[in-house]
Amino acid sequence: MAVFLSAASRVVVQGMTGAEGRRHTRRMLASGTAVVGGVNPRKAGTSVAFDGREVPVHGTVKEAVAATGADVSVVFVPPPYVRAAVDEAVDAGLGLVVVITEGVPVHDTVAFRARAEAAGVRLVGPNCPGLISPGLSNAGIIPADITGPGRIGLVSKSGTLTYQLMYELRDLGFSTCVGIGGDPVVGTTHIDCLRAFEADPATELVVMIGEIGGDAEERAADFVKAGVTKPVVGYVAGFTAPEGRTMGHAGAIVSGSTGTALAKKEALEAAGVRVGTTPSETARLAREALG
Amino acid sequence: MDLFEYQARELFRRHGVPVPDAAVASDPAGVRAAARVLGGATVVKAQVKTGGRGKAGGVRLAADPAAAEAAARDVLGMDIKGHRVRRVMVAKTADVAREFYVAYLLDRAAGTFLAMASAEGGMDVEEVAAARPEALARIPVDPEEGVTGAVARRIAAAGGLPAAAVPVLVALWEVCTAEDALLVEVNPLVTTADGAVLALDGKVTLDDSARFRHPEHAAYDEPEEAGSLEAAARAKGLNYVKLDGRVGIVGNGAGLVMSTLDVVAGNGAAPANFLDIGGGASADVMADGLGVILADPDVASVFVNVFGGITACDAVADGIVRALERIELTRPLVVRLDGNSAERGREILAAAGHPLVTQVDTMDGAAARAASVPARS
Repeated sequence: MAVFLSAASRVVVQGMTGAEGRRHTRRMLASGTAVVGGVNPRKAGTSVAFDGREVPVHGTVKEAVAATGADVSVVFVPPPYVRAAVDEAVDAGLGLVVVITEGVPVHDTVAFRARAEAAGVRLVGPNCPGLISPGLSNAGIIPADITGPGRIGLVSKSGTLTYQLMYELRDLGFSTCVGIGGDPVVGTTHIDCLRAFEADPATELVVMIGEIGGDAEERAADFVKAGVTKPVVGYVAGFTAPEGRTMGHAGAIVSGSTGTALAKKEALEAAGVRVGTTPSETARLAREALG
Repeated sequence: MDLFEYQARELFRRHGVPVPDAAVASDPAGVRAAARVLGGATVVKAQVKTGGRGKAGGVRLAADPAAAEAAARDVLGMDIKGHRVRRVMVAKTADVAREFYVAYLLDRAAGTFLAMASAEGGMDVEEVAAARPEALARIPVDPEEGVTGAVARRIAAAGGLPAAAVPVLVALWEVCTAEDALLVEVNPLVTTADGAVLALDGKVTLDDSARFRHPEHAAYDEPEEAGSLEAAARAKGLNYVKLDGRVGIVGNGAGLVMSTLDVVAGNGAAPANFLDIGGGASADVMADGLGVILADPDVASVFVNVFGGITACDAVADGIVRALERIELTRPLVVRLDGNSAERGREILAAAGHPLVTQVDTMDGAAARAASVPARS
């Protein structure tokens, strides 16, 4: 078991014919993901070969769904085209849309997020590495060779910190790792993942990685307190970030007194979450909690 | 990007939000000339991207052009919370009857924009929100519907704003969407003795990610001080923030770099910068990044912290070697490579055999090593 993805997930890639799309489609296929098609209106009817495997290119997401039974889309198209791409995926009736693209205007995200929500479509990202259920499916750019299936669920705003924790806990393995993205507005949140991990029988512990900006971690802390019975271990990045400066991720900014790492850490600890001061210590706490 | 008040006023005017007559100037003589054109009493306002300028003495009333010039002489060059006043806006004074507050801002948690309105304008809105939350109406804006006349009437009614503010609310939403703003705030929005509505002061934050559809926003970029490290980094397309410590830091991925800063600080040394070379970084990007950091005279040691996910560590190692061919390294460089092609990367650095380059296996160990240098120097 896992959350959001399964071995039966059938993935289309919007932007598969671009450089990033090609590169990561190859990696997704190599890790055993069923990538069943690409979408590019100008290249409909062609196909792209990946290590001897031909993946067909469709003109629209709807056509791709009709031809392949796809239920997941991974979006690599450039920022100006993301809104239309997500709208198309939502309208085609996919269950999960993962937006890898960085630099999507916030007004666009607000619009397609509302549309996805109204249609009951799960949106992950934008500006995220996607999600992986090791051994089952990999929708995005998280390296599949760091670790295998296991008992830990992970949710994070940061890609590389996700990889770092997967690496530190590689002997234990993961049920699903979800990179929710570092933008000010994202689809799937820490809370959505906590709720799913709580319900997932394969997940015994949750590692939750946050960073400065907004109050998603504080809200997640309230959620943990109210209804998560599984152990949760946390990590927060950005204690040394100065006020008012964006630290790499568009959403990573301390504004006045809101969004500080300290406030997030304190909120999590008050909810009974053990918070590591470094990624390694966080891994150690996770190990202890699993016993 | 935050705009100056005079820039926000320009955007307001362009979208039909009523604003007072005003001009911007960067020297006292210019202020005098502007005040003469405006006629009558004026207000001279420091242009800084921070709050509290009134309390700091950055806003002065002037009865005539000579007084405006004198006020500008005081205000120009003033330091307000670390922000140097380089320009002032001189505006015609308004005969204010009542003050209100209105804003559209991004509600990150809800993933929508929020309209905020209050009849208690002119005050610090955070104070109003804390002391009397019922005095500040908060209404989510449906992204599909936007702010129509009907929605604006609801916002005005909830916040205790007069009916005359309704078209202004619609025009401000137009500023928010047409300009891709993350914040549009007017405080105060006033009614004048003759019943007109005016946006007396405005704050706008633009979404940097939307720059591709607003080439005209480039006019708002602050010219960086030539030769500054931030300018050099930007020219190379690097994500760099200068800080005031002594350990230079390069890493891949915003989260990991923030974490690296924290771990170095936890070992007792302040970081000199944030530098994210990004996912999938090449040797060139690594070399450029190291070049910027080593150009910083405050840097006593450098910590390169890379976890190769998409990034290949051998490319990172190549970049380090290449940078060291160009730049004479005089300060210790600590490197931790893990993940994708880490073995090859470590071998490349070991083979280069630079005496000031040390490889440490773990992030914590490497941070401790890099942090120990400033303490000794």
